[in-house]
Amino acid sequence: MISFKQVRKRYPSGYEALSNVSFDIATGEMAFLTGHSGAGKSTLLKLVAGIERPNAGSVLVNGQNVGVLKPAALPFLRRNLGIVFQDHKLLFDRNVFDNVLLPLQIGGFEHKESAKRVRAALDKVGLLKREKANPIALSGGEQQRLCIARAIVNRPTILLADEPTGNLDADYAQDIMEIFKSFHQVGVTLLISTHDAGVLRNHDKVRILNLKQGVLQLNTEGAA
Amino acid sequence: MKHWLTQHRLVLQSALRRIFNPPVAGLLNIMVIGIALSLPVGMYVLLQNAQGLLQQFSSTPQLSVFLNLTAKADDIDKLRKQFERHPSIASVTFVSRETALQQLKQNSELDDVISGLDKNPLPDAFLIEPNSSEPVVLNALRTELANLPQVEVAQLDSAWAYKLAALLKFANLAVLILASLLSLALIAVTFNTIRLQILTQRDEIEVSKLIGASNSFIRRPFLYFGALQGLLGGITAYLLISISLALLNYPLAALSQLYASSFTLHGLSLADSLSLLLFSLYLGWLGAWLSVSKHLAAIEPR
Repeated sequence: MISFKQVRKRYPSGYEALSNVSFDIATGEMAFLTGHSGAGKSTLLKLVAGIERPNAGSVLVNGQNVGVLKPAALPFLRRNLGIVFQDHKLLFDRNVFDNVLLPLQIGGFEHKESAKRVRAALDKVGLLKREKANPIALSGGEQQRLCIARAIVNRPTILLADEPTGNLDADYAQDIMEIFKSFHQVGVTLLISTHDAGVLRNHDKVRILNLKQGVLQLNTEGAA
Repeated sequence: MKHWLTQHRLVLQSALRRIFNPPVAGLLNIMVIGIALSLPVGMYVLLQNAQGLLQQFSSTPQLSVFLNLTAKADDIDKLRKQFERHPSIASVTFVSRETALQQLKQNSELDDVISGLDKNPLPDAFLIEPNSSEPVVLNALRTELANLPQVEVAQLDSAWAYKLAALLKFANLAVLILASLLSLALIAVTFNTIRLQILTQRDEIEVSKLIGASNSFIRRPFLYFGALQGLLGGITAYLLISISLALLNYPLAALSQLYASSFTLHGLSLADSLSLLLFSLYLGWLGAWLSVSKHLAAIEPR
């Protein structure tokens, strides 16, 4: 489903974010990407979403080589991905409902069908009652959950999450992990980056990819 | 197909909402476009009217052939037959010197002066309507008639009309240049409005790109906005012209009554009105397209 082969990413500044990274994540697998900040976790996720391109090696997502996709093909790759951003990237000029609606508008869904899906997604993250609220009125945890709702509303096969529990209390973080687990159970492939080892404490047998200064240090075999 | 239509309808609605939000700025933009368009189009309308008026005079060009005062009844008869046979002449009317004097007496207040004359100073004359209204043919005919025996002068009555027509052609060109310049202004206005919009919607554009929006999806609302703004500007121009003409027609009616005629300014024809609206829509779209092409590429998610 996601396959890196000897991927190297060097930024124009000369900073090498990833060196010779190779791994495979199978369909339906849930993997955690760990490492300190600056280890290259965000870069790796950006390569999967085609936001950055590798300097060497290949990044395969759903069988497509993302590194050589034409710009015009990128939107169609991204519609199969759900992305939970570190900084949420919510739009404060519209309410919660319309934030989640955006991917469906882009996908060209019909209004009735869209509304149903938006409410289902909001229900899943426990924000159904806040659909009329402006995101700015939500707490940090709620904003994170809103971002997750937007990422899953078009039912992606792959969900990428960049530090989804980064700034949250342990309780909130646990809630969010439970939400991700429920997606895992319905067969979504997940790749979640975190610098917070505490989150993993309750997941004994999970797939872990550990990065240190752009080099893959640990790659546990998929269990769970 | 239905999805596609729905999407376009939604984009159109949101573009309408955004044009009037904030309302004053939106209205001002539309006014600027409307006034810029109404200048050349208004001048075009006035020129059209002038040309229409000219047509009334010059559509039936006339030649006046004045005879020598010594011309006899025989000469007149001969000339009349010659004119009637002539291939370039449609009809001939003879105005005797007595008739001409009578007419002059009736039409002017020179009655006393004319009565004071000891003899009729006016010549016999033929009014000739040619077949053609081509200036070249008319001039040739005039020269030919002037050289006939017993003809003192042959005069082309509508010569002034041709000079005026040439002048109007020149004015038309001036209007065309003005229209081109103001069209550029319209494109510039739209370009700038869209640039500001793109700046204020930077976040939305970036997020949309990140979650799979194609470039055409992102471009669409801006193109609709530009086209709609242009169209509303065109409608404003149409209204401005219609109102101005209505205002002008009122005093014009009084004026033309003094000249014992009933001249009124005609507004834009249906075809011209539609052209105006389509053209303004197109210019708005073009300005938006240029702006979007230039500014959207700069927003790439990082």
